[in-house]
Amino acid sequence: MEVGGYEHVVVLQNIKVVDGDLVETLKKIPRGTLPGDFLDAIVVGMDMLIKKYSSTNKGKKRLCLITNGLSPIKDPYEGSKEDQVNAIAQQMTSHGMKLESVVVRESVVLDENVSVMEENDRILNLFPKRTCAKMVFVESSTSLLGALKTRSISPVTIFRGDLEISPKLKIKVWVYKKTSEEKFPTLKKYSDKAPSTDKFASHEVKVDFEYKSVEDANKVVPPEQRIKGYQYGPQVVPISADEWDAVKFKPEKSVKVLGFTDSSNIMRHHYMKDVNIFIADPGDQNAILAVSALARAMKEMHKVAILRCVWRQGQGNVVVGALTPNVSDNDHVPDSFYFNVLPFAEDVREFQFPSFSNLPASLLPDEEQQEAADNFVKMLDLAPSDKEEMLQPDFTPNPVLERFYNYLELKSKHPDAAVPPLDKTLKRITEPDPELLAKKKSAIDSLLRHFEVKQNPKLKKSMKRMREKPSGSDEEDNYRRITSKNKVDLIENGVKVEKIGDLTPVQDFELMMSRRDNPEWINRAITEMKNKIHDLIEDSIEGDNYPKALDLLVALRKGCILEQEPKQFNDFLHQLCKFCLEHDLRSFCDFLASKGITLISKTEAVDSDVTEEEARNYLVKREAKPE
Amino acid sequence: MELDPDDVFRDDDDDPENEALRQRASSKELVVYLVDASPKMFSTNCPSEDQKDESHFRIAISCILESLKTQIINRSYDEVAVCFFNTREKKNLQDLNSVFVFNVADREFLDRPTAKFIKELSRLEEFFVKEIGSQHGIVSGSRENSLYNALWVAQALLRKGSAKTADKRILIFTDEDDPFGNIKGGAKADMTRTTLQRVKDAQDLGISIELLPLSQLDREFNVSLFYADLIGLQGEDLAQFVPAAGERMEDMKYQLRKRMFKKRIVRKLTFSVANGVSIEVHTYAFIRPTVLGSITWLDSVTNQPIKIERSFICADTGALMQEPPKHFQTYKNQNVKFSVEELSEIKRVSTGQLRLLGFKPLSCLKDYHNLRPSTFIFPSDEEVIGSTRIFIALHRSMIRLNRFAVAFYGTSSHSQLVALVAQEEIIDSGGQVEPPGMHMICLPYSDDIRHAEELHSGTNAAIPRANEDQIKKAAALIKRIDLKDFSVYQFANPGLQRHYAILQALALEEDDLPEIKDETVPDEEGLARPGVVKAIEEFKLSVYGDKYDESDNAGHKKVSEASKKRKALADGAVQKSAQYNWDALADSGKLKDLTVVELKFYLSAHDLPVSGKKEDLVKRILTHMGK
Repeated sequence: MEVGGYEHVVVLQNIKVVDGDLVETLKKIPRGTLPGDFLDAIVVGMDMLIKKYSSTNKGKKRLCLITNGLSPIKDPYEGSKEDQVNAIAQQMTSHGMKLESVVVRESVVLDENVSVMEENDRILNLFPKRTCAKMVFVESSTSLLGALKTRSISPVTIFRGDLEISPKLKIKVWVYKKTSEEKFPTLKKYSDKAPSTDKFASHEVKVDFEYKSVEDANKVVPPEQRIKGYQYGPQVVPISADEWDAVKFKPEKSVKVLGFTDSSNIMRHHYMKDVNIFIADPGDQNAILAVSALARAMKEMHKVAILRCVWRQGQGNVVVGALTPNVSDNDHVPDSFYFNVLPFAEDVREFQFPSFSNLPASLLPDEEQQEAADNFVKMLDLAPSDKEEMLQPDFTPNPVLERFYNYLELKSKHPDAAVPPLDKTLKRITEPDPELLAKKKSAIDSLLRHFEVKQNPKLKKSMKRMREKPSGSDEEDNYRRITSKNKVDLIENGVKVEKIGDLTPVQDFELMMSRRDNPEWINRAITEMKNKIHDLIEDSIEGDNYPKALDLLVALRKGCILEQEPKQFNDFLHQLCKFCLEHDLRSFCDFLASKGITLISKTEAVDSDVTEEEARNYLVKREAKPE
Repeated sequence: MELDPDDVFRDDDDDPENEALRQRASSKELVVYLVDASPKMFSTNCPSEDQKDESHFRIAISCILESLKTQIINRSYDEVAVCFFNTREKKNLQDLNSVFVFNVADREFLDRPTAKFIKELSRLEEFFVKEIGSQHGIVSGSRENSLYNALWVAQALLRKGSAKTADKRILIFTDEDDPFGNIKGGAKADMTRTTLQRVKDAQDLGISIELLPLSQLDREFNVSLFYADLIGLQGEDLAQFVPAAGERMEDMKYQLRKRMFKKRIVRKLTFSVANGVSIEVHTYAFIRPTVLGSITWLDSVTNQPIKIERSFICADTGALMQEPPKHFQTYKNQNVKFSVEELSEIKRVSTGQLRLLGFKPLSCLKDYHNLRPSTFIFPSDEEVIGSTRIFIALHRSMIRLNRFAVAFYGTSSHSQLVALVAQEEIIDSGGQVEPPGMHMICLPYSDDIRHAEELHSGTNAAIPRANEDQIKKAAALIKRIDLKDFSVYQFANPGLQRHYAILQALALEEDDLPEIKDETVPDEEGLARPGVVKAIEEFKLSVYGDKYDESDNAGHKKVSEASKKRKALADGAVQKSAQYNWDALADSGKLKDLTVVELKFYLSAHDLPVSGKKEDLVKRILTHMGK
C-alpha cells in the first residue's frame, strides 16, 4: 500500500503484536527498485504511531530506521531540510517518541555518492541534538544483528540515595545495572503423560523437594524443622536463622566514598562482577552538576574513587569498589560514573609464577621472532583507524542466544529439524574473519615461519583436546572426513595395529585383540585400553568424557569375555571404582550403574569367580551406600 | 533452595562446589608441634602486650591455638599433632620416656583439628601439672635423650600419608639453646650425633624441621650452640634467623581467617593463534569471591544431616515420573520441544578452545566491559613445545603496542567473547605482586549491556554540565581526600570475618564474641580536618551556591511524600486506637469481635505489620501486649 504523497514508501504491516505471520511477512520483504527518502519514511512511521496511540504511551513509542543513507533527500516545499528535521523532531518530542537510526555501510562508498552520504549523515545527526534520538553506524551484518536488541529490559534502580563524600557533602544519585549477563532462557520440563486428546494439557512438570533423614529414608523432615549446619573443621555446627540474625554483620544502608586514588592502583583484572552505573538524581539539577564536576575532574587527573556500598538495609555485607568517570559527549545524556566491585583480601589468591626474564633462553623469543610478533599484533588489527571497530561489545550479539531463537523459529515449523550449523554472520564472532586473515597473510606467515610448535612426543594425551572441534564449524567436517577415511583404511588395508590411538580407540582395540601373530598383543591391548579409560575419567570435566569412557569400557568388557580374560576386567572395574571413590568421581560409578555395566559373571566366562548376582549387584550396592 | 534443578544450564567454569572438591584432592599439610615442657619454659617470664608476665610455655601454646583456630577455617583438611617433651608422664605409641602426645577423644594423634581439641588445649594449664607434668628430660648420668625421643615420636606420627601429596613439618618451640649443655664429654658428643642423625633421617623422608626459639630477656637464643646444625643454618641466614623467627611467631598469631587455596590449574587450554597453529596455555583462578564454607542441612530435632530428594510430578495427571528428557518453550502459542542433546548442541559453538580473533588498542576496553572475575593465563610447554616462546613474544608485543587481544573462548556449555590483557610482572620488596601473563576478561555481548544513562535524557533542554570553576574545585577536593597507597588487597571482608568469628565462638562455646574491626568504614577523622572541610565547602559553594541545605531538604521532601502519607495514616491510627480500651478487650477475649479495620488501628499505632488473617492480627496484638 503506497501512502499518499510519500513516494516509494510502503507500509508492509500495520502495528500489531508480533506473531508468526509477521515473521513470515518480513521474510518476504519486497525489494524496492527506486531510491527512497528516509525523511519521508520517518514521517510515515511517525504518522502510524500517532494515529494508533495519539499522545498516550509517552516514552514507549520507538521508531527504528535502518538505512544505508545513500539516497538523496528531496528538498521540502518550503523552508530548508533543517527546518523539516526541526519540525519532525518537535512532533516526536511532544508525542514522547524515540528515534533509533542504524546506518548500514558494508562497503566503501564511491566518489559521486560521498557528498550525498555526508549530507545525509549530517541531517540524521541533527536528530540527536533536537530530540530523543540515537544514531549508530554498522559495517557488517554481525554488528547490525548486535545493534538490534532481542529483548529490551526496563531498567530498575538498585539504589537511590546519597553518594556520601563526607558527612557534609552528599550527592543524590540513582544506581542502575550497566551490564548484566543475559542468560540462556530456562525452558520448562516437558511431560508426555497427558493423553494426546487433552487439548488443554499444560505438559508442565512440577519439581518437588523432600527432605529426608539420612539415617532413615522413610522419615520426612518438614521444611520448618530444618536448620543450617556450618562446617567447623570436621564438625558441623547447627545455627538457626534467628541466632544468626541476632549476631551477624548488619551494616547501615549507605554509599560512602573512602577516598580517591590513582587509576593505576586499580588493575583492570581486579574487576569482579557485572558493572553498575551511577547517575545523578534526574530531578536534582545541582546533583547533575556535582557529578559532572567530579567526573570531569577525575578524568583529567586520572583518579578513581573507592566506595563502600550497602545498597539495601539488611544486606549482610558491604561491597567495596571503584568508581570511574564516564564523561558523556552527547548533550542530552548526563555525565555518570561506572562502578566495578573490587576483591577483598580473602578473594585474592597469591600464586607465584616464574618471571619471564628468568626462563631459559630456549623458551624466550629472539629479536627476529619478537619483530615478527610485533608485526603480527600490529597487522591483525580489529580497530583500524579508517573503519568501524570490529566485534565491539555494544554491537556483538550473543551467538548462542541468536542460534537458540533461530532454532526455535525453525522448530516451530519443523518440529524434527536438527540444529543447523552456526550462521555465517555469527561465525564472525566465534572464529577469525577469513577476510582479515587473507588480507594480512604476510604477517601471519612470517609469524608462523619464525616460530615452531610441535607436540611433545612424550605425551599423547593432548591429542584428545586437539581434535575436539565445535559443532557446525568447517573444521569439524574436515575432521569427520579424516576419521571416516582412516577407519576405512584400517579395515580395508588390514593394517596391523600396534597401539590404540585416539581417533578410533575401539576399532584399534578390536584389531589388536584379533591379532594372532603373538598372544602378547591381547595383554598389551587390554593394558592400553585400561590406561586410556583411566585417563579419560581423570581428565573428565563434569563428566564430559564419561560417555567416551563408557564406550571403551564396553569394548573392553566384550573383548575380555571373548578372549576369556574375565579377571582382568573384573579387577580393573574394582580398581576403577575404588579410584573414583577416592577422587570424588563417584558420579562415574553412578553413571556406570545407570548404564548397566556389571562385572563379568561365571555364566559369561567360565574363568570368572563372580556369581551372576554378585556381578549385577556390584555397582548398585555402591550406589546405595551413603557418602 | 540449595539445589540447582537445571544442571543442564550450569556454567561449568566457575562452579565453586567443583572447585572445592578438587581443592580437597590437592595436597595437604601434616604438622607436628613439638613443645618443650621443661621447668625452664614455665619459670622464665616475658612481658606480654598487656604488661602481664607470660611464661614461654604459655606463649607457645597461645601461638599454636591461634594458628589452629585459623587453620580450622583455612585448611581444615590439614592434620596436626601437639606433642610435649621433657614431661613427667609419657604417652606415645613408642612408649618413649618424657614425651607426651596431647589428644582428645575421637581423634587420632595426628588428625584434623576439632573444636574439642582446640577447647581442651586452651584449658591445658588447668590439668597440665596433674596429668602431664614438667621434668628435665636430659640429665647427666642418664642416657635418656628427650629431644631425640620427641623427634622420633614426631617422625613416626608423620609416617602417615605419602610424601608426594602431603607437606610434612615439625615445628619445635623451645627456649633451651643448648639442650646437651649439662652433659659432659663423650656422652654429649654421642647425644648430639644421634640427635642430628635422627633429624637427618626425618629430612630424608621429606619432613622439614623448623625451630621457633623463645629468647630470654637478658640473653638471646643462641642458635649456633646446637640448633644451627639441626636445622641446617649457615652464614648470613644464621644472623637473620632469630629476629625472623620472632616475626613468624607474630604472623602465626595474626593471620587472616580465610580459606586457603593451593595453586591449581583450572583448565588446560588450546590457544589457537592463527592458521591452525595452536599453543598450550593453563588457566588459573586468581580472584574469586570467597563463599562461606559449605552448609549442611540438619534436622533441628536430632541434629542429624538430611538429604534432599527431588521428584518430578506431571502437572496434568499428577503422576510421578522420571527426569523428563525434553524441555519446552512456548512460542507462537505452541509448545516447541527440545531434547537435552539439542540444547547442548545449540550451546556448543566452540569446544575447550581459545581462538585468537585479533587485537585492539587498550582504549577500546571500556570500564563497563566486565561481567565476572577474570582468569589468569600462563603458557606451558608440557604438551606443545614452543608454546611459551610464542606466548612471551605476543605478551611483549601487546605491552609495547598497548594492545589487548580479542578471542573467543568456548567450553561445551558456555562460551564467551574475551579480552586478553597482558600484565607485566610487578615485584616489590615483599616479592611478586603481579605475576607475568595475561588476564582473560569476559566481554559482554550487546544483549548484556543496558543503557540506563539514556533513560532520563531530556528531550528539550540540554543536560547541565559542570563549568571550569566547578571542575577545578572538584579537583582540589579529590586532591585532599587521596588514598596514596591504596591496594585492592587491603580490606578484609567484614561480613566474612564476622561470620568466622561467630562460628568459632559457637563451636568452641566461647562466651563473648570477638570484636571484628570493619576496615571499610571511611576515615571520619581525616574528613574532619580543616583542609578537607574547606575544600568540601568550596566545592559545595561552587556547585550548589548557597542552596546545598535547601536542595538537601528538597530531596528529602520529595522522597518523604509517600512516607508523609504513611505518617498521616499512623497518626490517625494513634488517635483512633486511643478510643479503645485494648487491655480490657484483650482480657475479656473480645478482640475477635472487632473488625479487621479496627484491629489495624492498634497495629498501625504501634508500628506492627498489618498483614495476615484476622486471627493473625489478634495473635499479634496479644503478643505485643504480652498476653
